[in-house]
Amino acid sequence: MSLVLLIDFGSTYTKVTAVDRKARALLGTAAAYTTVATDINEGLEKALADLQAMLPATVDLKNIQRFACSSAAGGLRMVTSGLVPALTAEAARLASLGAGAKVVKVFSYELTEEDIEEIDSLRPDIFLLTGGTDGGNKACSLHNAAMLARCKSEFPILIAGNRSCAKECEALLAGREIYRCENVMPRMNQLNIEPVQNKIREIFLHKIIRAKGLSQARELISGILMPTPAALMAAMELLAKGTASQEGLGDLMAVDLGGATTDVYSMAQGLPQSEDTVMKGLPEPYAKRTVEGDIGMRYSAGGILAAAGADKLAALSGLSPGEVEELVEYVTSHTDVLPQSPESDPRLGPLDFALAAAAVETAVTRHAGSLEQIYTPMGLSYIQTGKDLRDIKQLVATGGAIIHTENTAAIINRALYSRDNPFSLKPKKVNVFIDRRYILAAMGLLADKDPDCALAIMREELEFHGA
Amino acid sequence: MQGKTLILGVIGADVHAVGNKILYHAFRQAGFEVVNLGVMVSQEEFIEAAIETAASVIIVASLYGHGELDCRGMREKCQEAGLADILLYVGGNIVVGKQPFEEVEQRFSEMGFDRVFPPGTLPDAVINALEEDLQP
Repeated sequence: MSLVLLIDFGSTYTKVTAVDRKARALLGTAAAYTTVATDINEGLEKALADLQAMLPATVDLKNIQRFACSSAAGGLRMVTSGLVPALTAEAARLASLGAGAKVVKVFSYELTEEDIEEIDSLRPDIFLLTGGTDGGNKACSLHNAAMLARCKSEFPILIAGNRSCAKECEALLAGREIYRCENVMPRMNQLNIEPVQNKIREIFLHKIIRAKGLSQARELISGILMPTPAALMAAMELLAKGTASQEGLGDLMAVDLGGATTDVYSMAQGLPQSEDTVMKGLPEPYAKRTVEGDIGMRYSAGGILAAAGADKLAALSGLSPGEVEELVEYVTSHTDVLPQSPESDPRLGPLDFALAAAAVETAVTRHAGSLEQIYTPMGLSYIQTGKDLRDIKQLVATGGAIIHTENTAAIINRALYSRDNPFSLKPKKVNVFIDRRYILAAMGLLADKDPDCALAIMREELEFHGA
Repeated sequence: MQGKTLILGVIGADVHAVGNKILYHAFRQAGFEVVNLGVMVSQEEFIEAAIETAASVIIVASLYGHGELDCRGMREKCQEAGLADILLYVGGNIVVGKQPFEEVEQRFSEMGFDRVFPPGTLPDAVINALEEDLQP
């Protein structure tokens, strides 16, 4: 048997997944609380013991290959800077999100004294410095490099701006831990995010794992460590594109609805569908990830209420607006309450349904592109910003609130394209697949090593939940 | 003019794409680094592109007669964005109907445009102007 163990050190749970590569089969999964405060191995050992108990004695988890990803200890926290907010600053943000980072702050134009103080207090895991196309503006990157040199705290700085002044930036930051790669926007409106993402992953692997106390687990692990969202991204890209011998599902979207944030992934070009539509803004990456920090089922339930409004949540849940407000306050302060448990308030079920539907709708609306009507002397035209996702046919749902319910498809369907908001380019009709056993991050890790096995398992395990 | 960057685009709700392509090729052939923003370009897009690429010139085209409205306040926005000295060119059918070109040129000069080109201008005339204005 060619066994592989895949580990996801999550912020709350450490999840372990055992796979038999030869049989292309999932042997089992288990989870235990993440123990980052003491020794991360405690949680891991507990999860492994649980998993071992589930497996036949012939399977020995001790001496097999292990791959891991992590979002424990706050995940990969990044701060980025660029020049124009809609251009290099946005390119830097997109690149970091795609690399699985949690982007805690985006700066544009010149950094000020106050900004430097803020960066010091944010203590990012990586700072991404960009600005200017190749041969374009140098002043901003140089100014910002000189300002960053004055930071009191230590953190790796990745330089990915105008190549004409990259060396000068390095000189200004001498003595600090600096890395350099190709410009994230080498020409106007041309995204070049892969070199940045590869470098982020490299820094994550070499530096951050150690800094976060995760290195104790490292000797037990054979290879690759990446942020969990990067693993999810890899899984979704594989599921969409397929391999040489297995077809993928084609363009797809994935929603990860968590307690504090909601992540949305899309694997699609999303180009305009008709000739009278002009595309504006930065080109969109095929594999795109967005994170809504204010949208989540528990810690960020207040953000859902603010975005959707009490009336809408009331209409979705059948509760009164007053009840909605009261219950949202309750779940925000009791983040571990579950509607499934018998002692819970019976109104929690309908509330969670409404929260989930509104959360997915808000997050998907922000992720998807939009159309704007323009009346020109030549007739009606449209301007499209972002991706047109109306033709996406597959949607993968993951995250506790969306998979531990019978209503997943109903939740998703409330969040799709609607005639009430026809200019938001959300999918019209999708097949919903549920990541019932939380295997996506594990399959993303496996995708690097054995894409055929990872894809076969995903196709087997993802549960079709209606259209 | 090796290495000088210019920003090119058709402003406002104008979708005339053919002249835009011709100008793009002509300017490239003349040795400029051309950032072509295409059609339906807003003032902000011109300015943001000029900031990132450290461009020397913004060349605004307009064919549909509403150029005057579309160009209003553009120089002021450049000043606000730290591009006080950038060259601003405009050309095409930039006003409503047939008006004496001298008056049109006067009005656009007052709006802060450095060069104003009448309908039917060939690319060479603009390239000559660029070479003159961009002398070190």
